[in-house]
Amino acid sequence: MHILPILSTLRRHRTTATLIILEIALTCAIVCNAIFLIRDRLSRIDLPTGLNESELVRIQITGIDKNASAAALTSQDLQSLRAIPGVRYAACTNMLPFSSSSWTSSAHTEPGDRSTRFTAATYMGTADLLETWGVQLVAGRDFTPEEYVEFDALQSGQAKLGSVIITRQAADRLLPGKNPLGQRLYVIGKDPQIVVGVIDRLATSTEGQGMADRNHAMVFPVNVPYSVGGTYLLRVDPARRAEVLAAIDAAIARVDHSRIVLSRQSFAEIRDDFFRQDRSLAYLLSGVSIALLAVTGFGLVGLASFWVQQRTRQIGVRRALGATRGDIVRYFQLENFLLTTAGIAIGMALAYAINLWLMHRYQIARLPAGFLPVGAGLLWLLGQIAVLGPALRAATIPPSIATRSV
Amino acid sequence: MFGYYLDLAWRNLRRHVVLTALMIAAIAFGVGASMTTLTVLHVLSRDPIPGKSHELYYVQLDPRPASRTGDPAAGEEPVPQLTRADAEALLRAGRADHQAMMVGGNAGVEPVNEGGAPSALPASFVDARWTSADFFAMFQVPFAAGRAWTAEDDAGAARVVVITRELAEKLFGAVAVTGRSVRVNGVPMRVVGVIDRWQLSPHFYDLTSGTYGIAEEVFAPFSTSRELRFGLSGDMNCWEDAPDPEAVGAPCDWIQFWVELDGKDRAAAYHDFLVQYSEDQRKAGRFQRPPNVRLRDVIAWLDHKQVVPDEVHLQTTVALGFLAVCLINTVGLLLTKFLRRSAEIGVRRALGASRRSIFLQLMVEAGVIGAAGGALGLGLAWLGLLAVRHQPTDYAELARLDLPMLAATVVLAIASSLLAGLLPAWRGCQLPPAIQLKSQ
Repeated sequence: MHILPILSTLRRHRTTATLIILEIALTCAIVCNAIFLIRDRLSRIDLPTGLNESELVRIQITGIDKNASAAALTSQDLQSLRAIPGVRYAACTNMLPFSSSSWTSSAHTEPGDRSTRFTAATYMGTADLLETWGVQLVAGRDFTPEEYVEFDALQSGQAKLGSVIITRQAADRLLPGKNPLGQRLYVIGKDPQIVVGVIDRLATSTEGQGMADRNHAMVFPVNVPYSVGGTYLLRVDPARRAEVLAAIDAAIARVDHSRIVLSRQSFAEIRDDFFRQDRSLAYLLSGVSIALLAVTGFGLVGLASFWVQQRTRQIGVRRALGATRGDIVRYFQLENFLLTTAGIAIGMALAYAINLWLMHRYQIARLPAGFLPVGAGLLWLLGQIAVLGPALRAATIPPSIATRSV
Repeated sequence: MFGYYLDLAWRNLRRHVVLTALMIAAIAFGVGASMTTLTVLHVLSRDPIPGKSHELYYVQLDPRPASRTGDPAAGEEPVPQLTRADAEALLRAGRADHQAMMVGGNAGVEPVNEGGAPSALPASFVDARWTSADFFAMFQVPFAAGRAWTAEDDAGAARVVVITRELAEKLFGAVAVTGRSVRVNGVPMRVVGVIDRWQLSPHFYDLTSGTYGIAEEVFAPFSTSRELRFGLSGDMNCWEDAPDPEAVGAPCDWIQFWVELDGKDRAAAYHDFLVQYSEDQRKAGRFQRPPNVRLRDVIAWLDHKQVVPDEVHLQTTVALGFLAVCLINTVGLLLTKFLRRSAEIGVRRALGASRRSIFLQLMVEAGVIGAAGGALGLGLAWLGLLAVRHQPTDYAELARLDLPMLAATVVLAIASSLLAGLLPAWRGCQLPPAIQLKSQ
């Protein structure tokens, strides 16, 4: 198959050929970036938290401020919740990964040091918090009962916090090359907290500045009352989750019925809510990509059909001179391949340019080179499918056409 | 002549139904997607308080300690909110036409019956705003009954409250309830005013508690809320260890402060006052950094905070890219279609039609496709916005077509199809008559 005759034909249809190349280039550039963004969003949705998510249930409650009794009510609530059949552990905490509120603190290894800029999620919770979460301790121990302080006493400066458990990532960043156990951290108050344990992974509550500090977290042994974070966590037997969810309101009301249970959700639902925006953007981009490919595909079919019709005589003459049907089909396929290739070449450069702009404007990562062949392959395939119908129709043109109309 | 061209266009379009449908669909999808996203962008970046957006200014000061890493970079942004000490000092100074300090909060509200007996109604838990007297005048809050509280109420931490119409109806079954009492977080307070339907979107005066679809239902004096230690919501940031971050002297920013200033001169004068204030605080040893103040009006503040979500900009860009592809596609198909009719055009030229009239005729055909695509695109945009409204985003409710956007859709559709028709029609009218006739 010779390329030269195809090129000379295309040169005669310069405008149309340019339009096709431009359309393919734009489609290729947009689709490459869209696929990349979709993958980026979807990977976010699966972000690990370090929690035993399948067994977690969150309860949010509110009540009219009676600060004096909130701490006492909280421990009664927890007792009442633990009594529900199917509940393994219960704890009260200030926040949870993927919740809207976010507590962060800066941590230092020297007293009064302001030069280091290390901030991490600040989790506080009652006894059993680690078991309730289901996080893995990789070194050290859990808090002892004596280490827990009351939130109000901490707030008013009457109590001091002596210990902290941090994530492995936070330890690597704050105390590089050292055994974190027994080290002093200055986080809350003037006195240091001793690192007593290291956990494998615990995500920050909301989206951090970037992926790097997503697992920078600290846990403190504080008896937070429900009035502070308003969050109870239960670790339940997954098989009895529905049963537990149904029993929650009554368990809370038994203690004091003036409070309102705002929500009771499994962690899967929390995750679902939190990433809804990402998912809808991913859907939208998929929709647009498919529509783009469809528009481009149908456009190629339209143009190919027109060209077949326009060249009816030329095809007839070629057939009369001995070209087989396969030759005719291959002619159109090759022509399409050349156009698509030119479009893809320009599209790659354009995709890269769009990605640069996105990086600058929205802090999106660099497009991995692996996405370009995917986009190219997609468009080659699309072009070949689009041209197949018209090409096969061209192949049915009988050689006699050549003699008939002259 | 126009009627004749329309008739010709109609005949030609009907002759190639599939091709015509393809072009109309492409324009419709391109226009529909673009208009959906542009409408969302349009409603989200709308001026929340037209007429006053250049008179209301947000105040920022920089009370942080001098940074140890060297001299503070010029132009570094001050902390986003004020400390309680500064907000109260600026409120007392009263150097603007109006000024208000405020913070978000939450409240459990119960009605108190006539005899003072507790109500059987369960408490309503609502968003609240702890602010000062001028808030209502500054943000054009309409009253259905009663009025705002006074500066004396602020000074005396009076037990007064302003509630929304909805809350009044829920608690008392009536709107004119001034003088009655409600229990706010357990404390009896007198209702002095009931506000009518009012919502500023974006919620520019306090972006820490959300951007769209936020509406407080209870308003009470800031001083009262602190005396009673009512709950807070929003952001609080402390740069030094603070046992009680809500105390007057605490090194924490958590209060929004707005001033109303009539005209640029007043604004410049107030800016000077803030610089002078910072300088005085530095001399007194409270501030350590050189004066670093910001005074932004509503529009500049919204720009600075980039309230329109990145997602929305991204979607708009993608949709416009899609429209571009659809247009190129239409140009290609129209060109094909017009050149296919070379013979017909040749005959018409030979019979005396001028290039101009051929060009016009072909443009009419392109315009008809645009009009049809536009009508269909409008329907698609309407469907698209319906889908946006069913999204669980906080701006979902705002996504509605308004008249300007409706007009813009029609214009966009016809303009884009005429643009798409330009090149093909030009090429079509350039066809020489003789050759076309000869080849027959």
